Amino acid sequence: MPGWPGNIAGQHVDVRLTAPDGYQATRSYSLASSGPDARLELAVDRLPDGEVSPYLVDDVQPGDMLELRGPLGGWFVWKADQTQPVQLIAGGSGVVPLVAMIRSHAASGSTAPMQLLYSVRTPQDRFFAGELDTLDTVAYAYTRSGPAGDVIGRLTKERLAAAVLPVGSAVFVCGPTGFVESVATWLVELGHDAGSVKTERFGGA
Amino acid sequence: MTEHIDGNVLAGPLLDIFRQDMTTATARCASCGDISVLATAMVYDAAPGWCVRCHVCDDVLLTFVRADGRLHIDLRGITSLEVGV
Repeated sequence: MPGWPGNIAGQHVDVRLTAPDGYQATRSYSLASSGPDARLELAVDRLPDGEVSPYLVDDVQPGDMLELRGPLGGWFVWKADQTQPVQLIAGGSGVVPLVAMIRSHAASGSTAPMQLLYSVRTPQDRFFAGELDTLDTVAYAYTRSGPAGDVIGRLTKERLAAAVLPVGSAVFVCGPTGFVESVATWLVELGHDAGSVKTERFGGA
Repeated sequence: MTEHIDGNVLAGPLLDIFRQDMTTATARCASCGDISVLATAMVYDAAPGWCVRCHVCDDVLLTFVRADGRLHIDLRGITSLEVGV
């Protein structure tokens, strides 16, 4: 992206598509990349009846031009000068901005503990699987199928309590609205300060 | 889409009016008095615009509509806004 000013981990871009008849559709996509690099990385979950994602996943070719605005959002972000422990919690493709935070954390040499709890259907549905496999700070909650011995099924308050860093940590939760609502509610019930739990919802999935 | 998302999505659209990131701005709800950052508000798709509701009392904070090259914003549900400068 020419002239890109760099971005903070957790920020997003708005992608606007314009049809030949002038009809426009805009969607927000989180960046998996962060820092000064002008080469941006998005991860797009293809929604079967979506207006924008099928085009981005199936039709866009290298060299195609896209209308893009950003970096956007200053709230759901992690900065390298934050020193408190960080618990990241992802549902499905909600892992994208959290991967940006993991990368930013590694690149900055931050000594703040950071770990990820990733709820996803199956091991094959994971985004960034190869990269996450190199980390020992990632725990999975598979909802449909997973390795023998794993508890399979939707996250519960009890499993959440056992998997996350203690009260006092900064918590970032990103995923489908229902997932985020449940997790954020449980975190507060478990004693986390609502102000230390930051959330990003992307609707139904 | 009837399920809400949250105020993070307002970063781009509100840039057109306020010329700075408004997701970190705090707004006071005219209905219940709650003061929260706009990122935590509930946002409903009301194409060609958005309806933004208080995450505490569910009352409307603001609506905006983009049509015919104009952006119309109704702020009646917010009695004050505070932004970093």
